[in-house]
Amino acid sequence: MNEYRYDNQTVQGFILSAIFWGVVGIVIGLLISIQLWAPAANLAPWLTYGRLRPVHTNGLAFGLGVGAIFGLFYYIVMRLCRRPLVFPRLARLHLWLFNAIIAAAAVSLLAGKTQSLEYAELEWPLDVAIVVIWVMFAVNVFATVIKRKEEQMYVSLWYVLATVVAVAILYVVNNASVPAGLWKSYHAYAGVNSANVQWWYGHNAVGFIFTTPILAMFYYFLPKTTGLPIYSHRLSIVSFWSLIFAYLWTGAHHLVYTPLPDWIQTLAIVFTLFLIAPSWGSVVNGYYTVGADWSKMRTNYLTKFFVLGITFYGLQTVQGPTQALRVVSQLIHFTDWVPGHVHMGTMGWVTMTICASIYYVIPRIHGTEIYSEKIANAHFWLVLVGQLLFSITMWITGIQQGALWKVQNADGSLKYSFMDGLVKNYPYWHTRTLAGIVFAVGMLLFVYNVLKTIQKGKALQASPPSPAPAAA
Amino acid sequence: MAGDIYRKPVSFALMAAVTVLVGSIVTMAYPMFRAEMHEKLEKLRAFTPLELAGRDVYQREGCMGCHTQTVRPLRSEVLRYGDYSKAGEFYFDRPFLWGSKRTGPDLAREGGKRPDAWHARHYADPQAVTPRSNMPRYAFLAQARLDPSEARAHYRVLASLSPKGQWTATDADFAALSQKTEMDALIAYTQWLGHAVQRRQAAGGVDLALANPLGDSPRAVARGAKVFEENCAVCHGAEGHGETQIAPNLMDDTFLGVKGDMPDGAYFALVTGGSDAKAALGRPGLPDGGMTAFGGQLSNDDIWAVISWIRAQQAHERKEAPALEQTEHLPGGKH
Repeated sequence: MNEYRYDNQTVQGFILSAIFWGVVGIVIGLLISIQLWAPAANLAPWLTYGRLRPVHTNGLAFGLGVGAIFGLFYYIVMRLCRRPLVFPRLARLHLWLFNAIIAAAAVSLLAGKTQSLEYAELEWPLDVAIVVIWVMFAVNVFATVIKRKEEQMYVSLWYVLATVVAVAILYVVNNASVPAGLWKSYHAYAGVNSANVQWWYGHNAVGFIFTTPILAMFYYFLPKTTGLPIYSHRLSIVSFWSLIFAYLWTGAHHLVYTPLPDWIQTLAIVFTLFLIAPSWGSVVNGYYTVGADWSKMRTNYLTKFFVLGITFYGLQTVQGPTQALRVVSQLIHFTDWVPGHVHMGTMGWVTMTICASIYYVIPRIHGTEIYSEKIANAHFWLVLVGQLLFSITMWITGIQQGALWKVQNADGSLKYSFMDGLVKNYPYWHTRTLAGIVFAVGMLLFVYNVLKTIQKGKALQASPPSPAPAAA
Repeated sequence: MAGDIYRKPVSFALMAAVTVLVGSIVTMAYPMFRAEMHEKLEKLRAFTPLELAGRDVYQREGCMGCHTQTVRPLRSEVLRYGDYSKAGEFYFDRPFLWGSKRTGPDLAREGGKRPDAWHARHYADPQAVTPRSNMPRYAFLAQARLDPSEARAHYRVLASLSPKGQWTATDADFAALSQKTEMDALIAYTQWLGHAVQRRQAAGGVDLALANPLGDSPRAVARGAKVFEENCAVCHGAEGHGETQIAPNLMDDTFLGVKGDMPDGAYFALVTGGSDAKAALGRPGLPDGGMTAFGGQLSNDDIWAVISWIRAQQAHERKEAPALEQTEHLPGGKH
């Protein structure tokens, strides 16, 4: 029945779902960026900034990000284990449940059903459903890895397994809550304790959704795309273990100068600085891999996606630790600098790498080539320019905000009212919307290119001389 | 490192789990058993049913997406908002609502700063109060009635998580909710914020003998007019005639609800110290009036300049013919 050796339908299903939720999330991102400078664009009660922001973050982190992770992990796992999934029908059910959950999540957030925990907003019935699909995913991944036909587990599989384990721990602990109705619950932890658990989770959602899975893709698809082997196996071993060890200590850098005990803050800051090392371990590994033949940047259109992606990962993992320092945090924390930082990681590293991986996978499972390299190149430059314009604008306005909040007169009183500071953000917020539009246009080209490639693949299949099975 | 581990997925996963658990235990799980994570300020009291309903609205509308509730121990923040946040203020907060982005101002010290009527107007139409604000309108909250049974269910769950005796609502308190709207609830919660912490005190207390160092110089009056427009007109009106239930008229001959004006020193104490200065001045003011403490936020010179302007304006109004005054304030007449 399945003409492919691997269960490519499920892989493609996840990829298309991720793309769909990605478009939704980006459109909502544009809307809330407009709401920041045009309050009339808030349509109360359903479409206000306060309710839409979590739809944007969850839609992109879990709809686009985790959707792509599910699809591409299944793809990677099957190939690195050299066998189909052990439970292909479970994976298909997983796909349908995933989409049902994301749809329900969007509606429930618009209705204001939220736990008010960043990146853990979804109320408890959805949390239960998410645990169920995560277990389905874990069972399939572990069963397939255990029954693999390739003795050695490649680096990407380490990151896959660590992601599966760590996300499970993080998600269950932070979402522990006491239900007070079908769509209402209160956190199992109170006050500073609640804050500490949440940011232990929050920062490691970054670690185990936006870092380890994307590294798994990077370590698999970069060599596949370029034909160049990873530069150093030893470096990837050291980076891997030190990364997943250090990440879990760092959550409290989100709580610098809050009432959280100082020792937890300081410990988090120290480990955050340490994290530069394992992060750059992967950056160096990536650079030296491509460094074996830089001409790939010209001859293979996907190489630049991966190289720029890992470059932004490198910048992100230096900027992050810098922000954790008390002297920097006191200036930029709570300002627009922080969204600037986040979007460099998500637009520059995560989305760039996911898109490149999808560009690699979709033609392979259809036994064809990408529909248009020209469009892919246009996509690349648009998302690059859009992301840089976004991040740099937000860094500037963030520093300005932080500084204006502090300026004092000679007699020690404050020079600017809060509104004085806010009003000065408007030009930057306009620019941010413009940057978002540029990025969104780039992403729409990507979607178009992917859909056209699939169409091309289907046309090929329909034509009489059947194509040779896709070589993995 | 044993190379075998890369051939044994289950051992590998266990080792990965142990690796991620070390930091989790030290920085997240272990602190749970320390008293410093469960402090409670003596003055902190649990939410009333109305305040809790308001907190639920705050959560539902995602207010924490733009407003923080943590004043950091930085000089500029203490000046702007009030005393820095203490661990013991959040004993009842499940979850904490500190936020991570300050698009709007911090709200940890918002309670008692402004009167209820100001909040009602501001929540319904922020731009009517602060023209260039980017806050959405929440007028619909005033139309939404509270559901006492839902409020009771929420309240009981939270009460069950605290030692007995901390949550003291009676059946009558829940029944009373049916007459209240979500707007009332949100305002009650807003006024709850920061109640356990001493608000800013008038710097140097009240000194009625203080004289305005700027006097009635035209420069001071002009500067005062500007400062007044930017900071005071929101509540006291463009010409200082006040707003019903929000802020008193500064041009008539009553001061904080009592006939008879007070010297400049009293004005200075009130502007600097906010509502807390009322008791020291021995006058009640509006029942739930909340004069913001501007000490530290505005420079002393700016505050004196505002007083110069108020005095000049009072003198101007006294000089105006009463007939003119009446035509200026014809019902419906804008001026």
